[in-house]
Amino acid sequence: MGLDKIWVFAEAQGDSVASISLEILAKAREVADTVEVFMAGHGDDHAEELGDHGATAVYVTGDLDGSLQGSAVATAVAAGIEAGDFDLPDAFILGTTQDGRDVAGRLSVKLDAPVITNVVDLEFDGDTLVGTEPVFGGSTNVKTRFTSDKVGIFLVRPKSFEAESTGGAEADVEDLDVPDLGAAGEAKITDSFAEETEGPRLDEAAIVVSGGRGMGEKDAFSMIEDLAKILGAAPGATRAIVDSGWVPYSYQVGQTGKVVKPTVYIASGISGATQHLVGMKGSKNIIAINKDSEAPIFAVADLGIIGDVHKVMPKLIEALNNR
Amino acid sequence: MKVVVCVKQIPDPADPGELDPDTKTLKRDVKLILDESDSYGVEMALQLVDDAGDGEVHLVSMVPNNEVSGLRTALAMGAAGATLISDECLSGSDALGTAKVLAKAIAAQEPDLVLSGTESSDGYTGTVPAQIAELLGLPSVTFAKEIAIDGGTAKVKRQTEAGYDDVECPLPAVVSVTAGVVEPRYPSFKGIMAAKNKPVEELTVEALGVDPAEVGWAGSRQDIIDIAAAPVREAGEIIEDEGDAHERIVAFLDELKVL
Repeated sequence: MGLDKIWVFAEAQGDSVASISLEILAKAREVADTVEVFMAGHGDDHAEELGDHGATAVYVTGDLDGSLQGSAVATAVAAGIEAGDFDLPDAFILGTTQDGRDVAGRLSVKLDAPVITNVVDLEFDGDTLVGTEPVFGGSTNVKTRFTSDKVGIFLVRPKSFEAESTGGAEADVEDLDVPDLGAAGEAKITDSFAEETEGPRLDEAAIVVSGGRGMGEKDAFSMIEDLAKILGAAPGATRAIVDSGWVPYSYQVGQTGKVVKPTVYIASGISGATQHLVGMKGSKNIIAINKDSEAPIFAVADLGIIGDVHKVMPKLIEALNNR
Repeated sequence: MKVVVCVKQIPDPADPGELDPDTKTLKRDVKLILDESDSYGVEMALQLVDDAGDGEVHLVSMVPNNEVSGLRTALAMGAAGATLISDECLSGSDALGTAKVLAKAIAAQEPDLVLSGTESSDGYTGTVPAQIAELLGLPSVTFAKEIAIDGGTAKVKRQTEAGYDDVECPLPAVVSVTAGVVEPRYPSFKGIMAAKNKPVEELTVEALGVDPAEVGWAGSRQDIIDIAAAPVREAGEIIEDEGDAHERIVAFLDELKVL
């Protein structure tokens, strides 16, 4: 049993293919015979990596002259379908990213096809693809399938699947015809800025040390940075302290930030709002330090310390420094 | 400048309710409040209209019953009026059905700018802003963390995985704003009193001009085939700090061989 063909929207991350895209490719290859990729920009740099992860072809838009990906990719895909350039796939899978959501949203209108969002697993029920989505902060899972004959569009959350190299041959690069986008194409990127952080990437680190409102004040966040440095960990943060301007958004773990699944997650002064739990409760081991014994974070902690972060953290940092 | 803000009334996240096992929709017998994610769009809209020197903020929202308490909060913050599409047939609507309804209501307002949150705090699909833009044939900039209006152009700092992009976009346009971009004001007593008399136009889906078959469960063209409790993590070891809890943490990290 398997599907004939799945399309995947892939994104670049620096010079490589984004990990979310490689994760989706692994699942797509598992459930379908043929996996083809759609991507903004030029495909030559990525054809080898995409092929190695199971894609046979990559359709690319070419230079977008600064236009955001959403309208360009959706318009090119819909136009190609309309022109009969493609055999329709059984499903189109995208990542829950800024641009993934833009492409999915615009394409769903163009094809009048619904979207199943926040998918963390895909499986078969008979010969239809079924998505699993956590609701109510992850306490409940619902399984959803499409009932129409439209292309099923799925938005998959990061870290739902494991990327896997298959040793496949370099993917064929095919140019897409991008029609005039009209007003929708007039949102243009004029400049890009990276918020550099030291140490490992938050969504790839083996250890993550995160701070929340319970740290008390912005200056106390230096304890998170210090402990992270000693452990070779990535520092993270809750939405509450990102919103308060203590640290940039690139630190944020949670529903509206990054999903992390490190070997060890240390939550310091974090109460455990569902918004945050959704982004970290897949961690293999969770250590929580919080002075409120009723804090929801303790429900997911493997080791919970009921105590004052301002007392526990300095001693922890000193003890590790002395080793 | 006329700014339309999409707002959603949701059950209080502190008491998120549950799915009705029969209808597979959210039980909405609890009082609905303004989604906190939308309060940033409302505040941003009020500030942009202030900066422009004239204009107004208009709200659009939809709900399967005639609940307005969340809208009153946004009106009390300073929005001038609201369009509420209130219809039982909206129950079970997915993002695309929602976007079809909101887009129709937005078009009637002929706005210069449409603002929304990036995602609701209960459904968090995050696709509605792009869908609305596509339905209206407008450019969109999602995940804005800063917006400035310069003549007929929106200058937006758009969040990315790595940092942010500067994006320029001619108006009219749809912009979704991330939480925390502005500090939403608390409604004043005067604002709350004034909100009681502000116009809220209530429309059914048909009166709006949308086919009821395109919204609600039927319009979503999806089937929930299973609802189950997610696996629960095994209870861990919880200790109270007596001044030596850091030693337990070090020992735990040693056991995991990560030091």
